[in-house]
Amino acid sequence: MLLLIQYTLIFASVLILVALGGCFSEHSGVINIGLEGIMVMGALGGALMLRFLSPDLPAVVIILLVMLASIAVGMVYSLLLAVAAINFKADQTLVGTALNLLGTAAAVVVVRAINMAADPNNVSSTVSYIATKKALLVRIGGFEFNWFMLVALLALIISYVVLYKMRFGLRLQACGEHPQAADSVGINVQKMRYAGVLISGVLGGLGGIVYITAGVSEWKFENGVAGFGFLALAVMIFGQWKPVNIGLAALLFGMFRALSNVYNGFGALAALHIPSTVYNMLPYIISLIVLAFTSQKSRAPKAEGIPYDKGQR
Amino acid sequence: MNNNEKSKGSLLRNGAVQSLIASVICIIIGLLIGYVVLLIINPAGAAGAIVAILKNFMYYPSVVKATQYFGSTLVKACPLLLCSLSVLFAYKVGLFNIGAAGQYVAGAGACLYFALGFKMPWYVCVLAAIVVAAALAAVSGILKAYCNVNEVISCIMLNWISLYVVNMLLSTVKDPSSPYSLALGSTNAAAALPTLGLEKLFANNKYVSIALPLSVIVAILVWILLEKTKLGYELKATGLNKQAAKYCGMKEKYNIILTMVIAGALAGLGASFYYLTGVEQWAVTQTSVPGMGFNGIAAAFLGGLHPIGAIFSSYFIQHITSGGAYVDKSMYCSQISDFISALIIYLCGFVFFFKLWMNHMLDKRDEKRAMKEEKGGEA
Repeated sequence: MLLLIQYTLIFASVLILVALGGCFSEHSGVINIGLEGIMVMGALGGALMLRFLSPDLPAVVIILLVMLASIAVGMVYSLLLAVAAINFKADQTLVGTALNLLGTAAAVVVVRAINMAADPNNVSSTVSYIATKKALLVRIGGFEFNWFMLVALLALIISYVVLYKMRFGLRLQACGEHPQAADSVGINVQKMRYAGVLISGVLGGLGGIVYITAGVSEWKFENGVAGFGFLALAVMIFGQWKPVNIGLAALLFGMFRALSNVYNGFGALAALHIPSTVYNMLPYIISLIVLAFTSQKSRAPKAEGIPYDKGQR
Repeated sequence: MNNNEKSKGSLLRNGAVQSLIASVICIIIGLLIGYVVLLIINPAGAAGAIVAILKNFMYYPSVVKATQYFGSTLVKACPLLLCSLSVLFAYKVGLFNIGAAGQYVAGAGACLYFALGFKMPWYVCVLAAIVVAAALAAVSGILKAYCNVNEVISCIMLNWISLYVVNMLLSTVKDPSSPYSLALGSTNAAAALPTLGLEKLFANNKYVSIALPLSVIVAILVWILLEKTKLGYELKATGLNKQAAKYCGMKEKYNIILTMVIAGALAGLGASFYYLTGVEQWAVTQTSVPGMGFNGIAAAFLGGLHPIGAIFSSYFIQHITSGGAYVDKSMYCSQISDFISALIIYLCGFVFFFKLWMNHMLDKRDEKRAMKEEKGGEA
């Protein structure tokens, strides 16, 4: 049971971070389908940092450096979306899809190049970080507390405050609802949208490193992040683009994802002899069902996906 | 001479020509960035690697061998063409069918199970692939039409679900000693697509089959459906403005579902055209969705969203993907060509802006010329 809670919390943390990223981007008016790719790139940055740091460093330093690496890579990568969608008015779905494909391909190319440089016979796309990963964890009895859980909780609280209590957040939301009106009262829509996309890059990148350190100590980048970025988008829609609801939705989805890791530990579930593949499918099936029931009255930002054109007042 | 320049100006204004120029620019920039990345990884062999990717089967000095591998590239280009048709058909109707990948997987599962499990002849297997993939796509269409679920999200979820289901299904007809499904030729030769002697054109490459001409015919049929029929017109109208289409008496919900069904059928057909040649067996242990559907997105946009353009762009994408196998493995990995095709998709996002800019420049030039002529008239 403790194990289920532990995995639920860590997967929920990933979903919270990434879904909040999507939330910021969409509130500013840019659809970010590319979160999956941003996660992969963030994960790559963090994983390489973990691999090359010495495990003797104090835990705080390791955690901060890894977070910084993921954030930096995720943010730079999200710039690709920002430039295309905001300055060049590109089709946001197309560019997002390209980011997803590019993320996995680029990560594999980079990891393989690094692996081959270290050992010419090693052509795998796997990065392992067994020693340094221990810095992220604190054992409390049987429960493995991961510092990233705290980070996700903080991100949730900060997002709530920023979006509803601060001028910046309210202006950001105005740009996603009615950019023409926002522009008419002197808000720079382009700048706001850049801010939205870059914040989604920060949170997406962070989510990536949390995902690949959840329960494993090495990652094969050929697999990308297995659709987790899209699960986060489903969480965001289920959470109606509101931070608190996103937090609750993430817990639910996180639990279904965690089940596939730990179902063997439950006598009742193991006795059913359901193949493990079914548990792997579960989060996707649940999210489809949930979306079918919640999308009808969806409160998506009204102007999302539409490039802002000053001439169209 | 003046006359000549004018015709050149109007040629540049032609939509098809602009699409072609834009695509070529995308390819060149994509290759350039790929080259720079190769330079960073290992400066010694970068140029050689790019040349190897572009040469693909011409890597072999013997003509026989080269023709044979040319045939292999064409065999793989067929499913890619159908996936890109699936994507572009849906896109013309305002739907982004990222689920072509999953529909392709479902089609592969269906045709292989009918071939290996039920021992059916090839045409039944092709039909099964079409029906199953169309049904899968219909789920996304129904969710979009009646529940307002974004088709991109539902398609992605279905991609993963179909991958897991197909892996489970094909585990029942797999080779006991390997993770691959049973070989088509030895288990049920009747399920292999007929070749009609086409293999002789490609130095007896036995995988070349009727899939090759059929894919091109399907591309032309899609073009006719979209441009020359009432149904195509209605579907496109629905894509442009759902409300207006409804107001004109079109069944907009039905149209959305029908579009997805056709798109799914195309992707499923593509899968059967690949797996029923026996060129590849399904690995039931695969943990990521095959890239065919995603490359289809690249091919669709690179081809300027035109069915005939897709024929050429699909071939090109497959050409460089196959070419990736020939880069020097001691320095680079074959995924460099995936990287380049992903870059090309990204660059395709700029095509619209590029066309706008080009027309703007042409307008400016014409304006200048008109002013000059006016001045000349005064003098």
